Amino acid sequence: MRTPSPASPLLSVTSLKKSVPGGRVLFDGLDMAVAPGEFVAIMGESGAGKSTLLNLIAGLDTADSGSIAIRGTVLDGLDDDARTKLRLAAIGFVFQAFHILPHLTLAQNVALPLVLQHMKAREAEERAHAMLASAGLSGRGNDFPRALSGGELQRVAIARALVHKPALILADEPTGNLDPETAARILELFATAVRESGAGVLLVTHSHVAAAVADRTLLLARSGLREHDGR
Amino acid sequence: MAADMCGLSGVATRWMIAGEWRAHPARVILAALAIAVGVALGFAVHLINASALNEFSRAVRTVNGDADFQVHARTPLGFEEALYPKLARTPGIAAASPVVELPASIDGKVPLTLLGIDPFRAGLVTPNLMGRPVAAETTQTAAPPSATDNALGETSIFLSQAALLALNKKPGDEIQVSAAGQTLAFTIAGTLPGVAEGQRLAVVDIATAQWRLNRLGRLQRVDLKFVEGADEPRVRNALAALLPRDAEIVNETTQERRTDALSRAYRVNLDMVALMALLTGGFLAFSAQALSVARRRSQFALLRVLGVQRRALLFQVLVEGAVVGGIGAALGLGAGLFLAQGALSFLGGDLGGGYFSGTRPQLIFAPGAALSFFGLGLLAALIGSVLPARQAAQAQPAIALKDAGDAADPRRAPGWRIALALLLAGAVCAFLPAIGGLPLFGYISVAFLLAGGVGAMPLLARVLLTPLQHVTFGVSGHLASKHLWGAPSQAAIALCGIVASTSLMIAMAVMVWSFRNSVDSWLVQILPADIYLRVEGDDYNAFAPDVQQRMATVPGLQSIHFRKVTPLRLSPDQPPITLLAEDIDPANPSALLPLIGSSRPIPDGAIPVWLSEPATWLYPYRAGDYMDLPLSGASGSTRVFVAGIWRDYGRQQGTVAMASPDYVRLTGDRLRSDAAISLKPGADSASLPDAMRAVMPPSLAGRVSFVPSRDLRKLSLQIFDRSFAVTYLLEAIAILVGLAGVAATFSAQTLARTKEFGMLRHIGVLKRQIVGMLAAEGALLGSVGVVAGIGLGIAISQVLIHVINPQSFHWTMETRLPFVLFATVAVALVAASAGTALIAGRRALSGDAIRAVREDW
Repeated sequence: MRTPSPASPLLSVTSLKKSVPGGRVLFDGLDMAVAPGEFVAIMGESGAGKSTLLNLIAGLDTADSGSIAIRGTVLDGLDDDARTKLRLAAIGFVFQAFHILPHLTLAQNVALPLVLQHMKAREAEERAHAMLASAGLSGRGNDFPRALSGGELQRVAIARALVHKPALILADEPTGNLDPETAARILELFATAVRESGAGVLLVTHSHVAAAVADRTLLLARSGLREHDGR
Repeated sequence: MAADMCGLSGVATRWMIAGEWRAHPARVILAALAIAVGVALGFAVHLINASALNEFSRAVRTVNGDADFQVHARTPLGFEEALYPKLARTPGIAAASPVVELPASIDGKVPLTLLGIDPFRAGLVTPNLMGRPVAAETTQTAAPPSATDNALGETSIFLSQAALLALNKKPGDEIQVSAAGQTLAFTIAGTLPGVAEGQRLAVVDIATAQWRLNRLGRLQRVDLKFVEGADEPRVRNALAALLPRDAEIVNETTQERRTDALSRAYRVNLDMVALMALLTGGFLAFSAQALSVARRRSQFALLRVLGVQRRALLFQVLVEGAVVGGIGAALGLGAGLFLAQGALSFLGGDLGGGYFSGTRPQLIFAPGAALSFFGLGLLAALIGSVLPARQAAQAQPAIALKDAGDAADPRRAPGWRIALALLLAGAVCAFLPAIGGLPLFGYISVAFLLAGGVGAMPLLARVLLTPLQHVTFGVSGHLASKHLWGAPSQAAIALCGIVASTSLMIAMAVMVWSFRNSVDSWLVQILPADIYLRVEGDDYNAFAPDVQQRMATVPGLQSIHFRKVTPLRLSPDQPPITLLAEDIDPANPSALLPLIGSSRPIPDGAIPVWLSEPATWLYPYRAGDYMDLPLSGASGSTRVFVAGIWRDYGRQQGTVAMASPDYVRLTGDRLRSDAAISLKPGADSASLPDAMRAVMPPSLAGRVSFVPSRDLRKLSLQIFDRSFAVTYLLEAIAILVGLAGVAATFSAQTLARTKEFGMLRHIGVLKRQIVGMLAAEGALLGSVGVVAGIGLGIAISQVLIHVINPQSFHWTMETRLPFVLFATVAVALVAASAGTALIAGRRALSGDAIRAVREDW
């Protein structure tokens, strides 16, 4: 397990409060930090606000109060455009429901973050093919998603999350839609890939098996995050 | 590039658009075709109108012989020829050429314009009207025509090539010329090489025309040429000071303005009907884009999560719309050219409207118009894409990623404020006056009402479907009504194209039906006699007094009333008004004229006239006013009293009706243009034409037709239907575009719900129940569309009937509703909606239910 470096955290969350329409408070006074290259898992009951926390960190949602900083950039003062640019440059996503665009080839799907950063199409696709190969989908870059299984789709999603070498990966139940065997293989691939990339990871999951690959696991409750004791 | 500036890379934009179109090519093609149809119709109508106008102007220029300008009589009776030397002596005038201009008929079959010119003067002012004698033709010397060549004898006549062709005659042949109630023999002395192709014209010596056709001392016009470098406005003012009231100055611009005014409203209305098809295309583009955006909510959300900015998504959807619009507009321009060429060949330049009859204009390509219509096509598609694009850009990515369905809370009442504001704006515009004689605010009102009506669709769908929530129809009906009730915006998107096209179609149909019924009632009123006599061509001098007397003695007649129908120029900017002199009883004018309101008491000594409804729109006179008519008096004009207003659907440029004795007293003119005959009871109507022709000169007998009033009524209604044929065609195309929109929309919505159907199949709903649900949804949506389309159509029809028609054509009518058509449209629409939904549903259900549930998007 790596030791986080408090001096220069990749992600820093301070006194975060979020409530949902109707007034229910999801969490209040939430503090956390993720160091570069650190793999953190967050667990909690359904409705505890795990996905909401990821959305807040990604700048897709706004907190009632508190502060979030990524690589020293505080999100609170940023407008939508600036948060979007930060997301493009620094964050990779893996979702439970894969979200692979059905009308693009696998290589085009993976290359999307690169072309969004204005890399030339040919170069971006070459890198995407290589990324797909490392995700176990060698030679499949020109296929369309329709022909793929759930596990294969999630490999594509992982490749897409890592292809532009983001500093932070946000993963929301990445194995939630997969059978246990496939889930285990995907987790292994995911963990290996992110560690090789050197990115920090925030993984939200219900699964103890998934959480086990993380450097540390936090439990989300209304009072905030606390270290999970493994029980 | 622009995409980069918006934060979305060009490559990503290309990939996203190409991917979407690869997946749903039919939808893209349909939206592009909808735009193409609108652009094609609009461009074709514009080209046809422009070509016809050009041809008509060419004809006017030919008759005018390219003079710098003219002094023209306000009536066919002409002005005193003493004016001519005064004009010729005016400083700044280099040359003047007097002209007698008459409508004529050759050999009783070919109508044309007959000009009497002084060849020595015309050679200086209007050389195009100079004849080339036979000798020059036969010896092939091709010498240029000159004044000395034109030794015009009193029986010599020169004919244009088109007139020779129509008569199948050649120089040296003899012909009979009928004009001003006379029929005279002439010998064709030669041709008129300066006259444009296709124009029928005859030229004789002016002395011959005046002497042999009883026009002594009168001229219809004087053609004038300026001294080079003359101060034209000053010369014009000097001439104006010399003119009596029965003459006016005209030039090419004036003539073109009149030509334009003659058919402008008709042309603009055709343009507008064609643009309605483009508007429907825009709604279809909106429908296609809105569905496409709704289906891709999660995809757009993903892009936002991956780092695409809002405005980049907005840009992407707009680019999609622009490309669809661009492709559609380009296709439309090609199709428009093709359509215009076909229509000019088969229907003529006025598309059956009767404004430029007899012409077959050449198609003229108008690059400026092409560019404008391309722009309009693009704009329609872009406007159709704006709302979906905003919707795509404004969606919250975190929510949209989870929810692929209708984002709205089903319990929330649909918005109504924007729709109400648009409807109110439409109502306000309907009360605003015409601009430049065109009902521009009327059209804006229609556009607002249409937009407001479509905007109110979610609310209307909710209101109409709410009562069904408490009724049990079985599984299919229950699911259908719940789905539509819970997703009113989807229902509105599905319906907007069809509501737009149906309401426009219904509006046009109500207007045309009301108009037709009003014309029918009017025809009954204005055709009280048994038989009507018409003379071919515009020969308003056909019946001379002696002929009238002989005709009145034919056995079997109860009465015969002769009329004079002649043009009268009241304004340099307007086409001539019609002067109608007939046997009106000033004490009971409604016996002949369908009066609107009652006739005013006539002041002592006043000469009464009755203005038609269009005349009151075009000229500032109302019942009870006095007006000056340019009929011969000491000053060339006469003050008359407007005693009443009457309904006249026959002459859009206005009519002044006057009692025949008053007309004769003012003008001395006893020649008449047509007649109405009432037969004695039991008289043989079949033998009447022969008996009548027997007392007419042979040249007239061959040109007269005898039409029973019932046939005239039938013929008039046929002409009415023909003039609206293009309107019907444009409407039919608009409704077909709308129906295609319904099919495309249902197909798209059904495909987008494959996952929902898979889930229903998983929980035990039968395939046939799902198909039934879709058919029920289609039928329900179709029913809502029928209610909205017919309701909105009736509202828009009131703008057409009470605003656009009076402001364009200057006549009013009463609303009549075509209930049979309503029923037909309702059945067709509900059947088409249910049918297309059912077909699309079968296709969607042919796949694997398990796979459908697992699909991401």
